[in-house]
Amino acid sequence: MNADTKGVLKTTISRSSRVSIIAMVLSLVLMLVLAWAPYWAGRAEMRLLGELFLYLSLASLWNLMAGYAGLVSVGQQAYVGLGGYLLFALTMFGGLHPVAAVLLAGVFSAFLSLPVAILIFRLHGAYFAIGTWVIAEMFRLSFAQVQSLGGGSGTSLPIGVVKSLAASRSGRESLSYWLALGAVVFTLGFVFFFMRSKKGLALTAIRDSEAGAAELGINIWRSKLEVYVYTSAITGVIGGLIFLQKLRISPDAAFSVSDWTAFVIFIVVIGGIGTLEGPIIGTLLFFILRESMADLGTTYLMILGLVAIVIMLKAPQGIWGLIRQKFDIELFPLSYFVHQKDASTQKSSGA
Amino acid sequence: MSESSLLLVENVSKSFGAVKVADATNLEVNAGEVVGILGPNGAGKTSLFNLITGALSADSGTINFKGNDITRTNAAYRCKLGMARSFQVPQPFVGMSVFENALVGATHGAGLKPSAANAHVVSVLDATGLMARANVKAGVLTLLERKRLELARALSTKPSLLLLDEIAGGLTDSECESLITSIKNVHLQGTTIIWIEHIVHALLAVAQKLIVLDFGKVIAAGQPDEIMASEQVRQIYLGVDNA
Repeated sequence: MNADTKGVLKTTISRSSRVSIIAMVLSLVLMLVLAWAPYWAGRAEMRLLGELFLYLSLASLWNLMAGYAGLVSVGQQAYVGLGGYLLFALTMFGGLHPVAAVLLAGVFSAFLSLPVAILIFRLHGAYFAIGTWVIAEMFRLSFAQVQSLGGGSGTSLPIGVVKSLAASRSGRESLSYWLALGAVVFTLGFVFFFMRSKKGLALTAIRDSEAGAAELGINIWRSKLEVYVYTSAITGVIGGLIFLQKLRISPDAAFSVSDWTAFVIFIVVIGGIGTLEGPIIGTLLFFILRESMADLGTTYLMILGLVAIVIMLKAPQGIWGLIRQKFDIELFPLSYFVHQKDASTQKSSGA
Repeated sequence: MSESSLLLVENVSKSFGAVKVADATNLEVNAGEVVGILGPNGAGKTSLFNLITGALSADSGTINFKGNDITRTNAAYRCKLGMARSFQVPQPFVGMSVFENALVGATHGAGLKPSAANAHVVSVLDATGLMARANVKAGVLTLLERKRLELARALSTKPSLLLLDEIAGGLTDSECESLITSIKNVHLQGTTIIWIEHIVHALLAVAQKLIVLDFGKVIAAGQPDEIMASEQVRQIYLGVDNA
C-alpha cells in the first residue's frame, strides 16, 4: 500500500511494555522476600503461603489447559492424587528420598496421561469434562484397592521418611515451604515461557478459533496433547508436594473433585480465564475469602458461590479481564507491539 | 491429469445425511491459474473449499496437491504444503492483535523463524493495507478490515495455492477495486488462486477459468466468456425458471 513511503518507515517489533517491565522487577523482589520467609514468617503463615503457592500452581496449569487449549477438564484431581500416592509408594516401598519421589511422580504422570489423552480426546465439550472426571474416579477406586497403601482409609507417611527430609520440625517446614515456592516459580515460569513461544501463539489462536488455527498450519490435536501431558506431569509433582505437606493420604482426600478441581476452577474463572494474571488474582481472592470466613462453616461455601455468580454476571472475563479491558495492560509480556518510526506518520498505539 | 496440475480433485463426494454437498466433483487447477467458482447459495462452493483444505474429510474420491495424495491429511498439513484459505465468515483470533493474527500463519503455516516471520508479517500487512491497525485487537476490526485480515492471514502462510471465499462480499465499489488490485498482485507473484465470488465483475477481472457449481456438481467449466454466455449457467445462476 505505502510502497512510496516504505523506505522511510522503520518498523520494529517489541514484546514488553513499561508496565510489564515494572511487574517483572517487582515479582523478582517479591520472590526474594518470599524466599526469605522462614526467617520472618511464623509457622502458620508459612503453611498458609505454601498452600497458596500450590493452589496457584494448580490454577495456572488448569488455566493453561482449559483457558488456552480449550480442554475443560474436571478431572485433574486424577494427577494430584496420583502424584500424592506415588510420593507415598515410592518412599515407602522404593526407599526413595521424598524430593526424588515427587519428581518421579511427575514423570509417571506424564507417561500415564498419554494413553488417557488418546482415550478422552475422542470426547468434546461437556463429554470431555465428564470423561476426565470418570478417569479420576477410576484412579480413586484403583488406589482404594491397594491395601499396602491403607486401602480406602489411607495411610500416613512413615516417620522415617518424614525425618529423611530434615532432622528438625522447623527444618522440615522450611524445606516444605521452599519446595512449594520453587514449584510455583517453576510453574508460572513454565506457563509464561510456553505461552511466549511459538506454541503459545498457536494455543492463543486455538483459544479464539479452532477452525482458523487449523487452516493456518496448527495441528490442533497435537497442540492440545502436548498441553495435556505437560500440565498433567506438573500437576502430578504439585500433588506430591501437597501430600508431602499433609503427611497423610486417603483416596477421598487425594482424588477430591472439590478440593483440586472445583476450587481451582473458581480461582481461574474469578481471576480471569485465558490470561496469565487471572489465576494469581483469583488465588489471592480465594485465600482472602477463605481465611476471613473460615469460622462460618458451610456459609463460607455459599458466599463463595455468591461471589462466583456476581463476578460471572458483572465481569464474565474475570477480574483481570475487567482490568485489562479498562487499562489495556499486561503484567506478563506476551503481546507483540509494532512500532513505526517516521516523522510524517503517527506513532502506533500500544507503545 | 496434466503434468502441470497443482491441485487435482477427482470424484470427491461428501454427504451430510441426505444432503450431498459434493457429488463426484472433479476439479483441476494448474500452477499459475486464477480459477473462479460461481454458483447459487447452497451449491456446495464453501464445502468444496472445506474438502480441499481439510476442514471436511471426503467420503470418497481423492485430492492431490503438488503430486501428494492429501485426501486423508489434516488442515494443518495441507497448509504447510502451501495451501491457504480465507473464510467467508471471517474467523479472526479476536483476542490477538492484527499483527499476532498474521504471525500465527507465518510461524506455523510458513514455518518461519521469529525474525523472518516478523519481517514477513510486516510486508503482508503493508500489502493488505492493515499496517496502521497492526496493534489493534482483531475483535474490534470493521468488516472490511476483517476481510483484509483474512487475506493477510492466508498470505502470511506463504501459500502457493490461495483459496478465497467471497472475500469481496459486502465491500463498496472502491474497496472492491483495491482488493482486486491486491489479489492481482498476489497472482503476479506466482500464487495460484481459486476464488469463490458472487460479485461477478470482480471475478471476471481476474479469473482465467470459471467453474459453475450447483447441488454439489460441476455443471460447467471453461473460459469465462463462454461460461457467462452459456444458457444453462444463466438459468441456474440468475435463477431464471427452467420452463
